Amino acid sequence: MSILVDKDTRVICQGLTGRAGLFHSQKCREYARDECRRDSPVFLGGVTPGKGGTEVDGFPVFNKVADAVEAVGANTSMVFVPPRFCADAIIEAADAGIKLIVAITEGVPVLDMVRAKNYIDQTDSRLVGPNCPGVITPGVAKIGIMPGYIHTQGTVGLISRSGTLTYEAAWQMGRVGLGQSTCVGIGGDPIIGTNFIDLLDLFQNDPGTEAILMIGEIGGNAEEQAAEYIKEKVTKPVAAFIAGRTAPPGKRMGHAGAIISGGKGTAAEKVAALEAVGIEVAQSPADMGEAMQRAIARQA
Amino acid sequence: MKIHEYQGKQLLAAAGVTVPRGIVARTPDEAAAAFTELGGEIAVMKSQIHAGGRGKGRFKEQPDQPGVVLIRSADEARANAERMLGNTLVTIQTGEAGKTVNVLFVEQGLNIARELYLGIVVDRESGGPVVIASSEGGMAIEEVAAETPEKIFREAFDIGVGLLPSQVQSLSDQLGLEGQAARSAEVFLPKLCQFFVENDCSMAEINPLVVTAEGELTPLDAKVSFDDNALFRHEGVAELRDLSEEDAAEVRAGNAGLSYVNLDGNIGCLVNGAGLAMSTMDLIKLHGGEPANFLDVGGGANVEAVTEAFRIILDDPNVKAVLVNIFGGIMKCDTIVEAILEAYEKVGFSVPLVVRLEGTNVELARTMLADSDRDIITATDLTDAAKKVVATLIA
Repeated sequence: MSILVDKDTRVICQGLTGRAGLFHSQKCREYARDECRRDSPVFLGGVTPGKGGTEVDGFPVFNKVADAVEAVGANTSMVFVPPRFCADAIIEAADAGIKLIVAITEGVPVLDMVRAKNYIDQTDSRLVGPNCPGVITPGVAKIGIMPGYIHTQGTVGLISRSGTLTYEAAWQMGRVGLGQSTCVGIGGDPIIGTNFIDLLDLFQNDPGTEAILMIGEIGGNAEEQAAEYIKEKVTKPVAAFIAGRTAPPGKRMGHAGAIISGGKGTAAEKVAALEAVGIEVAQSPADMGEAMQRAIARQA
Repeated sequence: MKIHEYQGKQLLAAAGVTVPRGIVARTPDEAAAAFTELGGEIAVMKSQIHAGGRGKGRFKEQPDQPGVVLIRSADEARANAERMLGNTLVTIQTGEAGKTVNVLFVEQGLNIARELYLGIVVDRESGGPVVIASSEGGMAIEEVAAETPEKIFREAFDIGVGLLPSQVQSLSDQLGLEGQAARSAEVFLPKLCQFFVENDCSMAEINPLVVTAEGELTPLDAKVSFDDNALFRHEGVAELRDLSEEDAAEVRAGNAGLSYVNLDGNIGCLVNGAGLAMSTMDLIKLHGGEPANFLDVGGGANVEAVTEAFRIILDDPNVKAVLVNIFGGIMKCDTIVEAILEAYEKVGFSVPLVVRLEGTNVELARTMLADSDRDIITATDLTDAAKKVVATLIA
């Protein structure tokens, strides 16, 4: 079992004909074919307005998401369109009935995302991202830019605000023999489609997930809220890591959301909130895999 | 992107928001002329820098001169301007280095009845912009929030419909605005919200927002910043950028599509991804080193951009060793190695280099590293990398 992605997942890529969109669609197709040995293809084509009817490396291209839904039965979209078109792409996907929209695009204007999120909230579509690495259920499907080989099948649910740090965590878990049920990068922007609490709820209710690793970073108070939620609702072992202990206040650390402002959102506050509810917090970024092991052992 | 107070007020005025009359002065003579032209008995002359705390701030070269002064004559304007222009203002927000004042803003004096706080930011929790108001104008809002949270009022508004009349009413009630002041708020508050949305602001802070003796809401200060990702649709705003206010290396990195923040240590870092970059800094510190910078090359960087990243790091005279930590996803490891070899060729490494690679195309990248005859220290994981780079400084 897993969350968000399963054997019925059928994916298209919005922005397929761009350089990154094509490269990663190919990688996702390879992963489905070589690592998952699926009977039917997972990656079914893509959308680029004006290029409908053409084909790129075996992927059919459609003008609209609705066309792709009708032609190939897509229920999931991986969004690679340039930032200024990203909100429209998300809204279009939801409007076409796509159930899971994974927005990889980095640099989307914040108010565009406010508009897109307002729209998505009125539908039954789920948005992950933007500015995220995507979603992978090892052995089933990879929808995003994460390297496939670092992931192994298993029972840890992984949630992260950071892209490459997610890879680091999955890789470290692999080295200590912990596979993943599903890994979700939620994205580093202030306005995102799916947050820690949404996923904690899904993982808590997923029979295929036995433990949860949560990776946060400085800025905002999403980690503090997640800690409260875990205390109330999550019975599975949880480990966590917070990036940015040495980040100076007032300086934005790459992610639009990663800034300590007005003395709030520091790593120390977040670590304290997580530890206060009994979560095993990795003290070093090299300790994420082992922290997950300790949390599991403690609750066993 | 931040802009100056006078620029913010000019944009507000253009959007139909009432602001005090003010004139920009770049020389002492212009300052004197501005006072005369305003025609009042009193004016305020304010240093224009991208930092707060100007009133309490003092100049390095003129220790008794505050960054904001009340003036009562053209001669006073000239004399003060001479002590301010071209000098370095140090405030609680500028750090010890301070900022050079190149522009003054001379503004008419107002009959102030009350001082309020008003700010608009995008709130992650409600998923949209929120108006934050307080009866405690002039104070740092974080302090008010910490000490007297009951004096802070919030109204989240929908970007499609703006601030509703009922929301204006409730803010007016909470702030105790009556009569003409309440009527003024009915115009001022929705207009400011509209301005925020139409210009893709990331913050609009009016502190203090004064209520004049005549009952008009008037911004005494204006701190406006914009969403960098939306500047493409606001050409006029993008032109207001003042590069002299920004760190030169950070500007250079931004031009190459890199995210760079200069820090005090001596270990240069080149990492992909903000989270991993912060973690790499954390780990260096944990092993007794000090990072010289945060540098996220991002996912889409090409060889030229990564080579530029090495140039920026190596141009920092404090850098005594460099750590490259790449976990390729959208970024390909071979692109990084190509850039490393390019940097050896064109920039030259005079300090030790430790490289840790994992992820997309890592095998190809490792072969390229092994085939080169460069003196590069490779590391297998994060801890190994941090220990090795710290060790190069001790050796």
